[in-house]
Amino acid sequence: MAVKILTTPRLERCIGCYSCSLACARLVHRRLSWETAGIRIFTSGGLSTGFEAKVCLACEPPPCAAACPTGAFAPRKGGGVVVRRRLCIRCGECARACPVDAISLDPQGEPFVCLHCGRCVPFCPHDCLAMRPVSADGREEAP
Amino acid sequence: MIRDTFRVLWVDLATGKGRVEELPGREEVLGGSGLAARLFEQYGRPELPWNHPEQPLIFTIGPLTGYFPLMSKTVAGFKSPYHDQYAESHAGGRSALALRFADLDALVVSGRAPRPSVLGVGSRHLEVREAHYLWGRDVLAVGKYLRRMFSGAGHRSILRIGPAGEQGCAYACINVDTYRHFGRLGGGAVMGAKHLKAIVIQGDATFPLPEGKEYAALFERVFRLLTDTPMMQKYHNLGTPANIRVLNDLKALPWRNLTATSDPRAEEISGERFAEAVLLRNTACAGCPVGCIHLGFVREKFRAENRYFFRQIGYDHEPIYAMGSMLGVTDAFQVLRLIETTDRLGLDVMSAGVALAWAVEAWERGLLTESDTLLPLGFGDVPALEQALHHLARGATDFYRLLAQGTAKAAAVYGGGDFACVLGQEMAGYATGEVFFVSQALGFRHSHLDAAGYSFDQKARERRVEEALDYLLAEERQRVILTSLVACLFAREVYRPELVAECLAVLGYGELAARLGEVGEAIQRRRWRLKLATGYDPDRVEIPRRLLEVENWKGKVDADFMTALKAAYARVIRELGRPAQG
Repeated sequence: MAVKILTTPRLERCIGCYSCSLACARLVHRRLSWETAGIRIFTSGGLSTGFEAKVCLACEPPPCAAACPTGAFAPRKGGGVVVRRRLCIRCGECARACPVDAISLDPQGEPFVCLHCGRCVPFCPHDCLAMRPVSADGREEAP
Repeated sequence: MIRDTFRVLWVDLATGKGRVEELPGREEVLGGSGLAARLFEQYGRPELPWNHPEQPLIFTIGPLTGYFPLMSKTVAGFKSPYHDQYAESHAGGRSALALRFADLDALVVSGRAPRPSVLGVGSRHLEVREAHYLWGRDVLAVGKYLRRMFSGAGHRSILRIGPAGEQGCAYACINVDTYRHFGRLGGGAVMGAKHLKAIVIQGDATFPLPEGKEYAALFERVFRLLTDTPMMQKYHNLGTPANIRVLNDLKALPWRNLTATSDPRAEEISGERFAEAVLLRNTACAGCPVGCIHLGFVREKFRAENRYFFRQIGYDHEPIYAMGSMLGVTDAFQVLRLIETTDRLGLDVMSAGVALAWAVEAWERGLLTESDTLLPLGFGDVPALEQALHHLARGATDFYRLLAQGTAKAAAVYGGGDFACVLGQEMAGYATGEVFFVSQALGFRHSHLDAAGYSFDQKARERRVEEALDYLLAEERQRVILTSLVACLFAREVYRPELVAECLAVLGYGELAARLGEVGEAIQRRRWRLKLATGYDPDRVEIPRRLLEVENWKGKVDADFMTALKAAYARVIRELGRPAQG
């Protein structure tokens, strides 16, 4: 089966309900939070300007994994990272290395990043999100 | 987070200091409406006026806030400048989730800041920041500054007031995140009296969830009920403005200060027309996948050589009624323009529209002079109405200052009480008949959402006092539970008592779930006790003559039925609000 990544092809439809963020926090991280989620929704300067998602772009190779000194972040096949929490020393280097601010750190310094599992997707009421297959060299395949 | 106690942040604006208190009572008051009443009992001063510095301004959320979809509302409790009684007002936006993630079940603001200030709170910070330079600025401008002054974009809620709140207008609102409002009964003036221009709530905490799969499974079931079934369709399709055509067809839409209940031009301001011509996009309260907030646009040409700017303005049934049909404005863009002006000034749109509608009629009847109004007023005269809104919010003359205290107060001085459309406060947009009129006039919040009398008017075949009374009381009891959780009332058909009990149980409030009916009744009594203790006398409420002259699809208003229902409801309210034994 082809590897898939989470994409945000129709984010202009976003209404700012946060259902995706809350689903990630709830289902993946077992928390109630706006912050400890792999996809986080922000406004770009107030509600009149619409919404943007901070989410992993599935870089390949991922700069966050390169910056991780302990191997807690390792490259994932198809892009993005695999996270091994028990190896993490909460140094925050991953978050600093991410060029699009897609990694959030909780107050204890624990990183949260999209794992491209797709569990947020069915909670978006307007189909803003989609899982897309990627080819072996990491490029998105045509939809 | 899930706990039996309430975590309350009490802030004294005079000193800029606060303290966190853990208070018991979850099993008695749930949260939201119940908690606000409980906190007013503790911190409020019934014998002192609304603007005394010691009076608290209370914001509460409930046990389900953030844990389930559409548990997305915040309750504000305060002594109202409108009638100097305890009052509640509700709003959504991001306020509820921001409080949840600030780890606060309630925020209680007391005292008066020495200079105009902004309160900033979060799970790890508290500050009262002097901000005199924001005073006098309109709601939209102040929002732009605050977004730069405080961190946490996207995960915070910004509550602020406009000039109307600073001036002490009795129906100044508190704007929430630009497109939502604690609209009614003057919460904005309470902030103004405290020199509190804004509150920025940052939601930066994280909580563990219950172990096991039950919670996530129940969440998903509720989520699907709200998104996959047609139950919520009316809210995300046309939204509440769908009511404009429906009510107009029933001859139940107030027009031109309720001199008519139907007009063919309703089509021009119908939900259908708004969707087709002005709807730009939708947005949502945090935690609500329905997204009922409808944003329209107005494009304005400011130079002959095709230079434009545009604005986005939220619209709903009530603002369209108040700035449209009630004022005789029948162009969707012009209605939006008036809604936006009202929003910027920080006025409650319903009260402002009804107050101006009365002023127009009073002007036409010669009760007012130009020295009162500063300009001639007329139904449908948008430039004049827009000017009048500015005069109203800024208290330009004695007349406007009095009108800003309430339409009935102005009518008591200038005459025209018979046509002041006041039901406890300026009426909502439903001329559906006796049960609605009584329910808003006497209801706890004087809101169309207290008990939905308009729905009974539309459904009931016969006018029976006992039946209507039972309906109002049962609705009120169910709704007070929902507003204690705190649910959006649009989800009331989904969050039936059985489902609410399941939601509470899965979070560990099993005992509370089993006693929900009893707890609801206790909250209902507690709120009425507080309202009576702060001066409410349901027997003194009057329904103006104009309402008695209404003729809709059912024919004329039955004055005898209405009088009997009003007396019966007043009797029950006094009974419910009797001081507790012992």
